Amino acid sequence: MTNLAQQHLSYRAAFALVVKRDLTIALRHKDDIINPLLFFIIVVTLFPLGIGPEANTLSRIAPGIIWVAALLATLLSLDRLFKSDHADGSLEQMLLSPHPIFILVLAKIVAHWLITGLPLIIIAPLLAVLLHLHEQSYAALMLTLLLGTPVLSLLGAIGVALTVGIKKGGVLLSLLVLPLYIPVLIFATSAIDTAALSLPYSGQLAIIAALFFGSLTLAPFAVGAALKVSTN
Amino acid sequence: MWKWLHPYANPEVSYHFCGKLQPWFFRLSFLFLAIGLVWALAYAPADYQQGDSFRIFYIHVPAAILSMGIYFAMAVAALSSLVWQLKLADASAAALAPIGAVFAAIALITGAAWGKPMWGTWWIWDARLTSELILLFLYLGVIALHNAFEDKNLAGKAAGILALVGVINLPIIHYSVEWWNTLHQGATVTKLGAPSMASSMYWPFLICFVGFSLLTGAIACQRFRTEILARNSMRPWVRNLAIAQTQGS
Amino acid sequence: MSLILSEQLAPLISAKQLTCIREDRILFEQLSLTICAGDIIQVEGPNGAGKTSLLRILAGLSQPFEGEVYFQDQAITHCRELFHQNLLYLGHLPGVKGEMSAIENLTFNLALHGLETDQVEDDLAQVNLLGFEDSLASHLSAGQHRRIALARLLNTKAPIWILDEPFTAIDKQGVQNLEQLFLDHAEQGGCVILTTHQDLTLAAKRMKKISLTYRLY
Repeated sequence: MTNLAQQHLSYRAAFALVVKRDLTIALRHKDDIINPLLFFIIVVTLFPLGIGPEANTLSRIAPGIIWVAALLATLLSLDRLFKSDHADGSLEQMLLSPHPIFILVLAKIVAHWLITGLPLIIIAPLLAVLLHLHEQSYAALMLTLLLGTPVLSLLGAIGVALTVGIKKGGVLLSLLVLPLYIPVLIFATSAIDTAALSLPYSGQLAIIAALFFGSLTLAPFAVGAALKVSTN
Repeated sequence: MWKWLHPYANPEVSYHFCGKLQPWFFRLSFLFLAIGLVWALAYAPADYQQGDSFRIFYIHVPAAILSMGIYFAMAVAALSSLVWQLKLADASAAALAPIGAVFAAIALITGAAWGKPMWGTWWIWDARLTSELILLFLYLGVIALHNAFEDKNLAGKAAGILALVGVINLPIIHYSVEWWNTLHQGATVTKLGAPSMASSMYWPFLICFVGFSLLTGAIACQRFRTEILARNSMRPWVRNLAIAQTQGS
Repeated sequence: MSLILSEQLAPLISAKQLTCIREDRILFEQLSLTICAGDIIQVEGPNGAGKTSLLRILAGLSQPFEGEVYFQDQAITHCRELFHQNLLYLGHLPGVKGEMSAIENLTFNLALHGLETDQVEDDLAQVNLLGFEDSLASHLSAGQHRRIALARLLNTKAPIWILDEPFTAIDKQGVQNLEQLFLDHAEQGGCVILTTHQDLTLAAKRMKKISLTYRLY
């Protein structure tokens, strides 16, 4: 007689397990953390060289520069989210685990944000100094990055999940993902601009928060569906 | 209730059904476009402010409306393919994407051409033009993703997921761009007051719009048939069809 | 008595009218099969005949073009969690991360499937990886990666094993041990579905075969 296995599964344990694993791998492979960060810094320093060192001009376009650079840095780092797991077969094993794909995908995205989003936020004020950002805008910059970079990771994950099975998916990925980033870019830069005028920017923050919660609930489902197609 | 639809889930039946439908779509669209465009370009009154350059409206607006409508139709097809596993729905979404992209491009080009006499420049970051541009990007993303997969069934599913994500994002992008635009530009000159359009302008517009919609239907039928053939090339009925074609010619 | 008999006959996993299409080619069409407890099944056929595709469809990784796979008479798409608790699938790729040690890899793989992880050192010793527990997997060979993946077989409670080329890069002694493991598993009421190009000795008598042929259309 066959004994079927059935045990109680802890979703929280599964979530923690995957986050811990991804962080372990990233910390042993530090290039993945450092390279996007270096890219972020270099892109931001290119702008003064291209536009000229005038402080007024720089401080006016600083929010846009920092946010566009953050967007591109996130885009560069997205590849590591599923690519290596797909290449060595661990992605299949995750899809075959009894845990809901939603939980595992969310755990991977959280780990990705901790590895790439968080360092961006930490380094951003330093770059803001280089660009002469208005003093009143620093809080807004940090808050928008804090709420906005997770949205970038969540939406980006959909794009990676769709392109992970394709051999040359890199350029395609940017084509898919960048248009989806536009609302975050608009509201984040507008919040920072508004803060520079010492006006309240809670409205923009609220919209970014709404985008965050919306993508937090919907994106993992889309990622799960996309991964099933990609590993087919 | 939906029983009568079941035969059309069969690729062969749909293929022949679309084959019968398509010439009618073509004839009707030709008729409507002939009447509508001649009326619009030659007989409809010129706008009292914009003069004859206003007439590009009869192509620009139907193209813009259709580009959005087709994206929505594509998302509906993608949803029904994901939820009810309708394989033909994938094919129809794949058939629609390039048509929508072309309409989006037409809307952009005519918009720029209209902008030159109106605003004195080919491009301004007008909210509607900007969202149309982003819509074009979304279309190109769907098409590129579809082309990147070797297996057409997988391609359809992947592109479908992207179309669904896009359709959720489209209103968000649209309103954020609109809001961004008003914030940065102050009040832009609105291009036309839609409700105050005279009926002498309204009727040719409507006929043009119906004509373009029928043309979309005709091209979609043709593309849908090609997609069906491409996805079923190993089926006996496709072989028989090919044999019949070569013997007939 | 009859109840037990009928339960013994109840298939663990069955497939009805599977059709698989890759690109333009039909790999197999209207394939139905029933796999009961105690079965060891080898899927054989030339390269490109659809062996891997069949295993992936049975595991629920790929969706068939037509047809459905059932786990105990329930479609696997409707009982995903239960089915995956009772399934162990090992594909071409071992699913071993180079950045983690052998023991971390095995612990993660077991925990991911909700299994106990307190015997991992014994398991690794059993697959001849004694002394390599803490080496990063990137320093180990392909055969050792495969062994890390196979060590999961020692610890799982899942009755359904679907193994795609499990003997790749495994030495002779290892193959024999594995075959013994399959026999024991089948004795205990499990089933094994596998593909291999090797001639098996021990399990040959018990083994049933499914042959797929290469089709042009």
